[in-house]
Amino acid sequence: MFEIFGIPSQALFGQLLIGLINGSFYALLSLGLAVIFGMLNIINFAHGAQYMMGAFAAYLLLQYLGLNYWVALIIVPVLIGATGIVVERLFLQYVRKLDHVYGLILTFGLALMIEGFFRNYFGSSGEPYQVPNLLLGGQNLGFMYLPTYRAWVIVFSAIVCFATWFAIERTRLGSYLRAATENPALVRAFGINVPRMVMLTYGFGVALAALAGVMAAPIYNVSPQMGSDIIIVVFAVVVIGGMGSILGAILTGFALGIIEGLTKVFFPEASNTVIFVIMAIVLLVRPAGLFGRTA
Amino acid sequence: MAETPALLAVDTLQAWYGESHILHGVTFDVRAGEVVTLLGRNGVGKTTTLKSIMGMVDQRSGSVRLDGRETIRLSSDAIARAGIAICPEERGIFASLDVRENLLLPPQVRPGGLDLDRIFALFPNLRERLSSQGTKLSGGEQQMLAIARILRTGARLLLLDEPTEGLAPVIIQQIGRTIGALKAQGFTILLVEQNFQFAATIADRYYVMEHGRIVDQLSNAELKTNMGKLHDYLGV
Ligand SMILES: Nc1ncnc2c1ncn2[C@@H]1O[C@H](COP(=O)(O)OP(=O)(O)OP(=O)(O)O)[C@@H](O)[C@H]1O
Ligand SMILES: [Mg+2]
Repeated sequence: MFEIFGIPSQALFGQLLIGLINGSFYALLSLGLAVIFGMLNIINFAHGAQYMMGAFAAYLLLQYLGLNYWVALIIVPVLIGATGIVVERLFLQYVRKLDHVYGLILTFGLALMIEGFFRNYFGSSGEPYQVPNLLLGGQNLGFMYLPTYRAWVIVFSAIVCFATWFAIERTRLGSYLRAATENPALVRAFGINVPRMVMLTYGFGVALAALAGVMAAPIYNVSPQMGSDIIIVVFAVVVIGGMGSILGAILTGFALGIIEGLTKVFFPEASNTVIFVIMAIVLLVRPAGLFGRTA
Repeated sequence: MAETPALLAVDTLQAWYGESHILHGVTFDVRAGEVVTLLGRNGVGKTTTLKSIMGMVDQRSGSVRLDGRETIRLSSDAIARAGIAICPEERGIFASLDVRENLLLPPQVRPGGLDLDRIFALFPNLRERLSSQGTKLSGGEQQMLAIARILRTGARLLLLDEPTEGLAPVIIQQIGRTIGALKAQGFTILLVEQNFQFAATIADRYYVMEHGRIVDQLSNAELKTNMGKLHDYLGV
């Protein structure tokens, strides 16, 4: 045990860890939002609900089918991503050509319906989800205690974020996505099935939210409002990072999680508002966001 | 005249952007191996004609047959896969892609496209710029990139929309030589040009457009004797 600026190291690093954990979820969720916005021009307000569905799907698979965390980590994103594809086919493919407001209202309504549905069937108290056996316990690092599951969440989400960034910025398929974000009509006229690509992109963005939901299940309670709790902050993250910037979404997500954690140590009264204060400042100084390109 | 069958046959093609009715029955054809030029003043619908062939307008009717096959009801990606490729007027180089990615973007739709070595033989500048951002190229280089990337795809019919617009005379000459080389390699080219001097060096035939219709056609041989008429059409 030692102290930094008069703060015991356990407390400081403990909050830093919580900040990093929150930042991992901010990054995963704002990444999905950025991918969806870039390709579909839709501000996906249902993202929080889809994250919550991911957590519930993991819970239900465990309760009723006995399928564990590791199985859920793979099949839940596929399942919930598929529901995203249905939503895209039924609604978004028509709405995304209109003004942003329509997509926003549609997905917001969808989020309310999904949340209401889950509250109706599961109540709002929340259900616990066990940390998988393999990741139980933790390490005493001397200056702090590090639970294994939390370390896993940070590392795994960093890997998923990096892989997504790499796929978009460095691969052939990613070049199709970037090009279609700029000029979908021309990309289509080169023989690429852009509508299908758009559909799969939405499915992928939703799958990312669901993946985050599965990862969150052992940390937070699985509850119907877990999505709306986090999504407001995530939207602030997206505004700060700049809508549509992949790297911006990832870095801002992690950074703001850490800033929020540190604020809890040094100025606890501000910890719930610091992100929104930063958002206001960024909006004043750089309206397009830190990583955004001005249109 | 014994004619080779048309590779592209456009018949009473009409097109709309939203409510605006732009093409009012365009009819012409392009035979395999020809370079055919659409001439006409600003705003008569030349670009819209190319976009309509490619399926890139909001609504179209009439008939566009490629090698006898009707394409009017196909989506633009299906038309591309049938073997037509477009080099748009605004060039359409992607800013978020580097030159290599821009070049490799259009997928191969059929066999017989040029390989990269032959493309670099036509456009040596591009080889050195492969990792530059697409839109960092000069206007001339961007135009070359816009042409180069559709040569790989295997499309046999190329739609080139004002490839000389805004370029320096040396670059225009280079593009002219390139189009000649492509014709020699068996490509069929439908060209839109305002630069009539340029078109005269490479085209086999000309169609003149006014107000969303074809109003006249000429072969290269008829060009000299019809200069006065053409100048009237084009207002030069
Ligand atoms: N996206 C669009 N929406 C509505 N009207 C359009 C659109 N694009 C073109 N037009 C209109 O269609 C008409 C024909 O335009 P088009 O671009 O085909 O002409 P053009 O012959 O290619 O002209 P230019 O020589 O200037 O390129 C013009 O009146 C133009 O204003
Ligand atoms: Mg034009």
